[in-house]
Amino acid sequence: MIEVRSLVKRFGALTAVNGVDLAIQPGCCFGLLGPNGAGKTTTIEIMEGISDPTAGEVLYCGRPLGRRFRSEVGIQFQHTALQDYLKVKDVLELFRNLYPNPLPLADLVEMCALSDFMDRETQKLSGGQRQRVLLAIALVNDPELIFLDEPTTGLDPQSRRNFWSLIRGIKSRNKTIILTTHYMEEADTLCDEIAIMDEGKIIIRGTPSDLLRQYFDDLLLQLPLSALPHPHFSLSLPHELNDGGISIRSRDVNRTITTLQQEGVDLARLHIRPRTLEDLFLQLTGHQLRA
Amino acid sequence: MLNFHRFFAILHARNLEFMRDRAALSWNMAFPILVMIGFASIFSGGEQEYFKVGVMGAGEHPFLQSRYIHFIPVEGQQGLAEAITKVERHQIDLLLQLEPTHRYWINSDSAKGYAVEQILRASGGDEVVRQEVSGEEIRYIDWVIPGVLGMNMMFSALFGIGFVIVRYRKNGVLKRFKGTPVTTLEFISAQIISRLLMIVSMALLVYLTCDLLLDFAMYGSYLALFVVLVLGGFSLICLGLIIAARITSDEVASGLVNLLGMPMMILSGVWFSLEGSPQWVLYVAQIFPLTHIVDAARAVMLDGAGIIAIAPQLLILGGMSALFLLLGVWLFRWE
Repeated sequence: MIEVRSLVKRFGALTAVNGVDLAIQPGCCFGLLGPNGAGKTTTIEIMEGISDPTAGEVLYCGRPLGRRFRSEVGIQFQHTALQDYLKVKDVLELFRNLYPNPLPLADLVEMCALSDFMDRETQKLSGGQRQRVLLAIALVNDPELIFLDEPTTGLDPQSRRNFWSLIRGIKSRNKTIILTTHYMEEADTLCDEIAIMDEGKIIIRGTPSDLLRQYFDDLLLQLPLSALPHPHFSLSLPHELNDGGISIRSRDVNRTITTLQQEGVDLARLHIRPRTLEDLFLQLTGHQLRA
Repeated sequence: MLNFHRFFAILHARNLEFMRDRAALSWNMAFPILVMIGFASIFSGGEQEYFKVGVMGAGEHPFLQSRYIHFIPVEGQQGLAEAITKVERHQIDLLLQLEPTHRYWINSDSAKGYAVEQILRASGGDEVVRQEVSGEEIRYIDWVIPGVLGMNMMFSALFGIGFVIVRYRKNGVLKRFKGTPVTTLEFISAQIISRLLMIVSMALLVYLTCDLLLDFAMYGSYLALFVVLVLGGFSLICLGLIIAARITSDEVASGLVNLLGMPMMILSGVWFSLEGSPQWVLYVAQIFPLTHIVDAARAVMLDGAGIIAIAPQLLILGGMSALFLLLGVWLFRWE
């Protein structure tokens, strides 16, 4: 569907994107992950045709981005204000009129759950409502390819989950979605394929489950320090101390638990979790994703 | 190319945005009316304290020794013609010519003119021939109204285009449009037409309201005044486009609007005549579109000039508009 080759973008002495190659198949929900400043937005904006690369090329359906590209894709930018004093329905009408074959207003309202605030002026919308309106604008021309740049950043957990269900609805229509995010859970729940960026480069790509399987064959057991028999107690198992707790990696949870019990550790507040993309990122780059 | 469907969509949205911004709307309307009412009340009965007499030629005459008369030298044929107009408008009370002929001009409708004429006759000296003109007094309020109309258009154009487009750029509205099939031409022309509609409607509303509340001079044709307002508004909007072209900070835009607007307001003769100002001031004033707008509007309202008579100002405004527009579009960036 869309492909980038050897993409480079420099701003003066700063190289924001440094040799990125990507190919995204039709119908895929592709997640571009990375910490702030990794080059996600710069990469996606070059793919959207909003900014030009310093070097490299972007191909849409095998051809360079042409005049019709903007009519055929949908974009939700990271920071967009809507014109003040326009009601939601005015904004949707405005953007519907910018395209030759827009979706009916009723479809957009339903797809993005807008019916409760169609008559509200844009400056009075909540964060979640605003993001839904921006999503509706991105969908106004019924695009096959949709770019969503950090669509849930700044939303409360409830709004974020609501937004995810809207994106799942779009996925079910077999649209191709390119999503940037720094929420691992978002990528895990929505994306068929992800690429992790750091310092302008893609450091790894694949499906979330494959990547986790490839890098991790263990579970993480977490305990508070207060679970130890006394403060100076030394565990026999290999472990890490972090954030006031103890983390133990284990390939055989039963055996690890038995060992801990034998050593007199209190397991009442034991937490066992599978490895996440966050752990993967930490392992690959040595720093936290949201740093 | 211009797709009219998209053009009208953006035009409509911008008009809605403006009409619903009640605070800005009422300020745009109330400000010039308040200014004019203020001037009308301050200057009502604000008669000049001295008698003013224009004097042409270097001849001697005992009248020139009279006290409490301010004598203003007049030179050349053009100066003479202008001075006669001032007698007609009660701006000077009498005009005395001592070379090449002994003549004086007096406005038969002017009480002060009558008084000065008695002083002239009583002073003795050579016989001077009486020339009578007539005409109603041009008061400050008559003179300042075309200026305030022009000034209001100027601030509305510079803020409504210069400031608003920069704000759009800063908060991502422009980027959002860039991601659609909208072209620069469609976007800019919609902004221009929307603002022009607003400016001209506002000017008409302000004019009509002032007409109801105040008594002021309007000797020319409404059509000629309308042409001046439309073309003048257009030239100021195009000037605003240059400010709006690239700046990304609305503080900088606001500063630039003031940097441009303040000297224009002072040097374009909105509040006071630039007659007698240093030559460089007159030259600088010529580069401002507002100077030509106010000149043309005054010519229409106070002198009853028609479109032909104000053609020079209209041509200059047309030329300035074309130049500003080309520069504004050429410099324009979405981001």
